[in-house]
Amino acid sequence: MFLINCPFCGERDQSEFSSGGEAHIVRPKQPTELSDDEWAEYLFMRKNIKGIQFERWNHAHGCRKWFNVVRDTSNDKILSVYKMGEKPPVNYK
Amino acid sequence: MKNKYSIFSLIKNALSQHENWQQAWGNPEPKKEYEAIIVGGGGHGLATAYYLAKKHNLKNIAVLEKGWIGGGNTGRNTTIIRSNYLWDASAGLYDHALKLWESLSQELNYNVMFSQRGVMNLAHNLQDVRDLKRRTHANRLNGIDAVWLNTEEVKKFCPIINTSPDIRYPVLGGTLQRRAGTARHDAVAWGYARGASDMGVDIIQNCEVKGIKRNGDKVEGLETTKGFIKTNKIGVVAAGHSSVIANMAGLKLPLESKPLQALVSEPVKPIIDTVVMSNAVHAYVSQSDKGELVIGAGTDSYVSYTQRGSHNIVEETLKAILELYPIFSRMKMLRQWGGIVDICPDASPIISKTNIKGLYFNCGWGTGGFKATPGSGDLFAHTIANDEPHKLNAAFNLNRFVSGDLVDEHGAAAVAH
Repeated sequence: MFLINCPFCGERDQSEFSSGGEAHIVRPKQPTELSDDEWAEYLFMRKNIKGIQFERWNHAHGCRKWFNVVRDTSNDKILSVYKMGEKPPVNYK
Repeated sequence: MKNKYSIFSLIKNALSQHENWQQAWGNPEPKKEYEAIIVGGGGHGLATAYYLAKKHNLKNIAVLEKGWIGGGNTGRNTTIIRSNYLWDASAGLYDHALKLWESLSQELNYNVMFSQRGVMNLAHNLQDVRDLKRRTHANRLNGIDAVWLNTEEVKKFCPIINTSPDIRYPVLGGTLQRRAGTARHDAVAWGYARGASDMGVDIIQNCEVKGIKRNGDKVEGLETTKGFIKTNKIGVVAAGHSSVIANMAGLKLPLESKPLQALVSEPVKPIIDTVVMSNAVHAYVSQSDKGELVIGAGTDSYVSYTQRGSHNIVEETLKAILELYPIFSRMKMLRQWGGIVDICPDASPIISKTNIKGLYFNCGWGTGGFKATPGSGDLFAHTIANDEPHKLNAAFNLNRFVSGDLVDEHGAAAVAH
């Protein structure tokens, strides 16, 4: 349980949000060209990092907008929040 | 077995004030090299080592455990054992485990307190009724005992359930598997540790894996906090930390690790003599031998390795428990905890080879791995020893996420995710 600083609404309880999982997984440009291995990679394989992870969240019980979060999954500390389409902060790798 | 537990050993040790009981398992330093190394000393890992030594004649085996035996998810689950899964592949896997449970205490010469008190799954709406009836039919076709109970029969089987038709989620019936039940969870880990150690398996606690050494497409050994250990076969049974170990070998798995919570109440006199699960309202409850209510909650929606979990999850579970069992309204909860579970997209486990030679994974058990402990260990040992899966775990390979041949047990088989 933690607070998330929604870039549109400000700091709210995590229970207002829904997690969209790993961020920056790019939708294939030409799905018809994809091999089975590439589909598996896109659909199922996840980094599932213990440590600093880039992820998507949706303010489901608020403004209902999507945005990105940098969070340390080993202690649930949120390090940065940025809007969809913005470049991820470079100081976390 | 060197020091067999029996009525005679109990009497003998009673005469010396129980001060001379032997250690249940050894505490060796790691050797330089092993035939096979199991990463993770939980129930599944220890069972794997046990069956490798017992059925496949490997003697030079080590189990590496980051913490201590019984300190991970083996000691954190709600101990429910059942095999009433919908699909044939799952039914085969879980019923294999259930059959091993039925003779496990004798097999290990260790009382795992397996109690076939039955598991009842409740239906709260018309779709639940249809799904659960379909599942009882599927179960019976697979030789798994299952019966459908109507509301009156549910009430008769577990009288404290509120079957009033005007509650938010009325009880419209349920399924019952009588062979299902519970077991003492840490005794399972201890029993397997003792049995494996007795056959010469080195159980090495407080030894964390830091890296996997690869030579091309095969493994050569493990970097650990106790130095480098050489081996050609590595079986990873690291539950929530499977992805962390996979990353060390440059492998990605279809897993997400999430906190799953459980809680126990203050101990009370016997009030519920079975296990009742309800997926729709997401609550399941049984009573331990100490008298505590053992309550399972859900997972958080986000990836986390914190072993805590959110308060709102517990709140929702307790709301559901209170509606179904108004008699518990004055009870106090004593403890709450979380464990990290690794969930596959199809809510089925992975017991599989990988494309790296000598590297095997047993993971993805999600929220329901405890019930499979003996079967999982047996089949994973077979997979490691023969470098190919047993027919019961062939469907649970890693390649199913590429081929699309998933074993989709989400919701369909009363998997409480």
